[in-house]
Amino acid sequence: MKHQLSLQIGPVAFRIGSAWRAPIDALARLYAGYPEPERVCDFTVRLEPEQPWRRWIRPSVAIQGDYILPDAAPMSLAHGLLAAEMGMNLQMALGQKTHLLLHAASVEKDGRALILTGESGAGKSTLAALLGERGWRLMGDEFALLGLQDGRLRAFPRAVSLKNGAIAVMENEVAPERFGPRLDGTPKGAIRHMRPNRLALEAMADPARPVLILFPRFGEAAAARAVGQAEVFMRLTQASTNYVSLGAAGFDALTGLVGGCPAAAIDYPDTTSAIDMVEELWAQAA
Amino acid sequence: MSASRRLVAALRDPDRAGEGDWNGLIAAARAEQLIGSFAFRFEGRPVPAKVESILEAARRDAAQARIQALWEAEMTRRALAPLGVPMILLKGNAFHAAGLDAAIGRSVGDLDILVPKTSLEAVETALLGAGWERLKEAGGYDDDYYRRWMHELPPLIHRTRDRMIDVHHTILPETARPRPDAAALIADSIALDNGLRILSPADMIVHAAAHLFADGDLAGGLRNLWDVDRLLRQFAACPGPRSGADEAFWPRLAERARRHQLTRPVALALRLSARLYGTPVDRALAGRDRLSDRLFAARLLARNGWGQPVRPALRLAFYVRSHWLRMPPLMLARHLWVKARS
Amino acid sequence: MTGARYAADPEECVRSVALDGLWLLFHKPSGMTHIVAPPAPQILEALRLGPADAGEILARMRAWYDLEGDDAADAVEARLEELEAAGLVRRS
Repeated sequence: MKHQLSLQIGPVAFRIGSAWRAPIDALARLYAGYPEPERVCDFTVRLEPEQPWRRWIRPSVAIQGDYILPDAAPMSLAHGLLAAEMGMNLQMALGQKTHLLLHAASVEKDGRALILTGESGAGKSTLAALLGERGWRLMGDEFALLGLQDGRLRAFPRAVSLKNGAIAVMENEVAPERFGPRLDGTPKGAIRHMRPNRLALEAMADPARPVLILFPRFGEAAAARAVGQAEVFMRLTQASTNYVSLGAAGFDALTGLVGGCPAAAIDYPDTTSAIDMVEELWAQAA
Repeated sequence: MSASRRLVAALRDPDRAGEGDWNGLIAAARAEQLIGSFAFRFEGRPVPAKVESILEAARRDAAQARIQALWEAEMTRRALAPLGVPMILLKGNAFHAAGLDAAIGRSVGDLDILVPKTSLEAVETALLGAGWERLKEAGGYDDDYYRRWMHELPPLIHRTRDRMIDVHHTILPETARPRPDAAALIADSIALDNGLRILSPADMIVHAAAHLFADGDLAGGLRNLWDVDRLLRQFAACPGPRSGADEAFWPRLAERARRHQLTRPVALALRLSARLYGTPVDRALAGRDRLSDRLFAARLLARNGWGQPVRPALRLAFYVRSHWLRMPPLMLARHLWVKARS
Repeated sequence: MTGARYAADPEECVRSVALDGLWLLFHKPSGMTHIVAPPAPQILEALRLGPADAGEILARMRAWYDLEGDDAADAVEARLEELEAAGLVRRS
């Protein structure tokens, strides 16, 4: 492939090849400061034209790689960076088999981890990103990796994917050089990627023990309620793409997590009240 | 050497894999659905730590896929047991059910079973009653096409387990020129301890060859040919309760290939397996090497170290060939025309 | 009159974890996880003694538990059908 880049994110190494230079350049800038990747990579992502002539004529980027979605629509070259990020997401969602994969954000303090999970758009990414700037270490905004043997969470600090309103929130908090380009007109609206801070990158290899699970929901009056363990288990299996393929090891890891961690659902009208509730529940759990 | 050539060489002889481009090998193996088999070939061999963790995950994944495949076969057996019709597992599911060498690391897709043609309707009814559902709307052109011309029911999917089943009544489309003897396949099938059935060893090879050459455009061919290699080595190697005496195997294979009108595909499978995987084969049955063997091998090896298919013209030629083989030319034209209109 | 007889897999085939009133069952032969509520886990327990029809299962359960309601037999039948569809029990 004409252009390529390798990235090390937590325990996972990606090899990204592209028929165009621009997405690779954008990735390299966004992921500046990440550790040198290993030579052997866990996954291969490819950005290719759907037909050969689409390389130059109305360039159209199809996401290919070790694991793919067969009927995925290609993307414009302007969104090439997003295509690369989606490609990496796909490899994790479909191919990650060494850890239990949870669709969740996670942050760490004093070696202990908070897991934020729930439906897409519930605001967990933004909440985690904010906590990451308020004394917590951001472990990841999209995927949480649970070790099958030791039940520890491993950091997977990809560039945070901020959408629509969340973009301005973080632009207020974070220096401009940590941002990728603003991408408008994506299927989910406006997207801007943000690199995690130095703390997150430096501590990337440090695992943490999960002690609290929260299901945040944005847009309601502030409230918190405990969630029963069976419900937590069920919701986490729905939030995991690889639970089934891990068999007994997955069952043990997830029942261990659920059995050992209190869980609460929190509704919040704004980020300030969210952070307050998080800190309070954290103090209770620790 | 291209990535797929190195993949084939590594599968054939893992001790000689040596250092080199592991990224390319792994990408090619994944693209060819061979990562599980590849991972088991390297089990216990010294490889870099990162490679070991990738392959170990692949082995565990293959083991879990095996459990799910066996379970799907068992639940199907339970659904069809009251009918008392023979239900014969095909391809990967059969290998796993019988614990054959070909099952090691073998990924499994849909469940494929072979039943007598007369029992098709009863089988479909029983499956629908036990939680399976039709995929497309019943009726309509594709459904008719399937029922009249293909060798299987339209696929069904299980409502809660989300797994597909293909029910065949013979191993090639009725429109294809070779006409395998389905009744003979069923008559010679072997019962396993768990109540499941598989084809006889010779028939299994004939089916693999048919599947490879008479019913496909060779996409995924490296994996299917690996099946042939593993099956042949096991069946021809030594006498056993399932394989019979080794001397008897080759004449038996020749006889079954003739019976099913698949002598040439079987011969081609033997030649290509020998060429790529070094399989010991009976040279009389395999026949002399042809020039076209090179084209087949090239098509099978058309994959680079990024996992991309290469040699588009060659692939297109084989794609057209596969449709031409399935259907007489007039039918093909009609099928493509109707498809284009919809 | 006896109804259909059912059988369950031996105990070592199922990993079970109880979480606030519900049972999580990992069924090793299928690799599937099931969340079940009483009386399903008790039905499985009753079948550990050997294959039985709904009536016998009910009798075994009555020996260990207080069962309420006139429709205990219907409940057992209904749960048995669900357990069969899930693959946790089979006709024997």
